Formats: sequence, C-alpha cells, structure tokens
Amino acid sequence: MSGPFASLVMRDLRLAARSGGSAALALAFFALVATLVPLGVGADLRLLARIAGGVLWVGAVLAALLSLDRLYQGDFDDGSLDLIALSPLSLEQVALAKLLAHWFSTGLPLTLLSPLLALLFGLPVPGTWALFLSLLIGTPAVSAVGAIGASLTLSLKRGGLILPLIILPLLAPAVIFGAGAVTGALDHLSNGALGLLSAFAAAAVLLSPFAAAACVRLNLAG
Amino acid sequence: MIVSLTAEKLTCVRGDRPVFVDLDFQVAAGEALVVEGANGAGKTSLLRLIAGFLTPASGGIVLNTDKGAIADGEERGRHIGWLGHHDAVKPQMDVGEQLEFFARLYGVQSDVRPVLERVGIARQRELPCRYLSAGQKKRLGLARLLMSGRGLWLLDEPFAALDTAGRALAADLMRAHCATGGMVIAATHDPLGLEARSLRLEAA
Repeated sequence: MSGPFASLVMRDLRLAARSGGSAALALAFFALVATLVPLGVGADLRLLARIAGGVLWVGAVLAALLSLDRLYQGDFDDGSLDLIALSPLSLEQVALAKLLAHWFSTGLPLTLLSPLLALLFGLPVPGTWALFLSLLIGTPAVSAVGAIGASLTLSLKRGGLILPLIILPLLAPAVIFGAGAVTGALDHLSNGALGLLSAFAAAAVLLSPFAAAACVRLNLAG
Repeated sequence: MIVSLTAEKLTCVRGDRPVFVDLDFQVAAGEALVVEGANGAGKTSLLRLIAGFLTPASGGIVLNTDKGAIADGEERGRHIGWLGHHDAVKPQMDVGEQLEFFARLYGVQSDVRPVLERVGIARQRELPCRYLSAGQKKRLGLARLLMSGRGLWLLDEPFAALDTAGRALAADLMRAHCATGGMVIAATHDPLGLEARSLRLEAA
C-alpha cells in the first residue's frame, strides 16, 4: 500500500476517522433517525416491518450526505487539491480514490450497522438480509452520485446547502430499488429490485469519476 | 530534465474581463523569473495558467524538455512543484505524516527527515499541524517543493509569513534549485534575493 493511489485513499480514510472527520457523525445520525422513527410511529410491529426498508434507506442516504462536503471541499479550501491535481494521478484516478475512501468510511459502516437497526423495526430475518445486501450494493452508488454533486458545488460558499437538492433526486432510483428489495423479501416475491439496484450502482460508480474529474477541472479554473 | 518554458501571445480573461493581453516571455533551465505587478495584475492567474489549472483565452505555453515539447496543461503539471498562497496543510495530521503522504502521492523517495531538517522544522515532526504557525506551514510547503523533485517551481508569494531566516532559506533553496538546472517562477512583491529576470504585468 504505497502507490500514489493507495496513499490518497489511506489519507482520506485517516482524515475521516480523526476529529473533524465525519465518519462517526454519519453513523450516529443514522442510528438516531432509525431510533426516532419507531418511537414516533408507535409499537405496531407489522407496520414498522413494512416501512423499515424505506425509512432505513432514506436514513442511510441522508447520513451519507452529511459527510459529502469533506470529499473535495476541505482539499479545495486549503489548496491541497492544487497539489493533488499536479500529482502523477489523473483527476479521474483522484476521483475514484476519493469515492473509495468515502464508501469505506461511510457506506460500509452504515451497511454493517443496518442489521442492528433493523431489530428496532422488528424486521424478519429475510427482510434484514435483503436490507443488508441492498445497502451493500447501493451505498457505492450513493457515494458515486454524491461525489458528482460535491465536486460540482465545490467553489460555492455554503455549497453544502444546495448539495442535497442536486443529489437527492438523482438517488431516487437507489431508494426505490433498495426499499423495494426489502418489501419484496417480506412478501416472498422476487421482484428484481436487487438486480436493478446493481445495474444502477454499476453505472453510477463507472461514470462518477469522469463526471467528478470534469467538475474539479472546472472549479480549479474558477 | 526541462530545457525551457515559452509563452506566446498569452491572453488571460477572468469573468469577461481581460487580465493581461498578448504576453510573451521565455525562461531557460537554471533561470529564475520574478513576476511583478500591482494587486489584481494577474500574477496568480499567470501561475495557474502555467500550472495548467486555467486555460488561456488565446496563445499558448510550451514546456520544452529533453524528451520533447509539452503543450498540454495537465501533462505540464507533472513537471511542476507548486507553492500556492493557501498552505495545503491539514490540521488533524502531524508534520511527518503530511510530508510522507505527499512523498507517496508524488511517487518519490520517502525519507522525510533530511528534508525537514533542511527547512528547519525537524523538531516539529510529531506535532499536529494545527499547532504550526503560519511561517512553519510555509516551511512545510518548502519541504514539499524540495521533496517533489519537480523541475519547474511555481511560487506564489514565497516569502509571505516567513521570518528573516526563513526568507534567506527560501532564497537559498531557489538558488540551489536553479544551480542544478531547475527553473523558478515566483510572484512576489519582495526582492527575491537572487539573480533573477523580471516580468512586469500591466493591467490590461
């Protein structure tokens, strides 16, 4: 683990884990949302199990949004992005490294936490499995779409406020297929949601580095 | 190895307003060029043009190396050591970590100790960067330049925040870089402290 690409991934992970990083913040937010909803809805376990997929997916997407600003904003503001742009890595490789680091520090922990939170909703085991799998497949897409938004808004002051408005509509397919996979499992139907989610995630992860690199180029010239 | 840098009929436009028009200059390896001009004359813009971050409205920049001429901005960037006016220092990382990361990112030798000693912050190696003064951060920036092994140094206000000894150190580093066939282009209001040609930007 010593090449330029790996060193960038490791640095971003390290920054995410330290004070001022937002990896723990996103997890805590996710856990709080998932705790508050059953308290608000009440102890109707049938109802809770029905809405678990949707609520946890929306919670995971919002939690991931919290940590998106650190993806490029910090490096842009303090001039690190200039130095990174002049490194032997192309901006596409930089975007892929940052996408990976964001998923490892946000998407993966959220996925690992989800079975525990599913307990609060009384989600049966097949539903929990579907939730876990759909988050594992879908959270890379959240990071990928998020990276495009983060790179696009990076020279805007208070860009963090407009970021959700750009990203959330684009993530609608992930939420629909992800939550659909969970309800499908509850009804013992195979509705193909996981397959569609996989296709969406693959497309997002493949295209995102190119789009994000183009946005970074635009902003470095700004 | 770089041989020379040529800019021809370079025009820079920022926000529909021309910053400078039809700028011509040439720098050879071993030379230092000081870019002078009033605030807003386009010194930083010129450095960002050379680094390939900005594209000129017209004209072009060619970097001649022993392996051929490079006109593409991003390819040119692989020969550039950059010291911008932002410090590019992460408060959560310590000095040694910061420099080791940079060395690996640039794919160069990663023994940071001699470089830290050269710029006078070896004692701060374990210190988180949030405790560094502005001058010490600038010295860390100089350490990165030294480490980069790049031929063309682009420096934006290299003396800002540095004390007298720090200024002398920066001038020494530039002199040594030129003596080994490197090239320095610095935007500054202060005298550089070494033999250098100057390029004066006039507002368009």
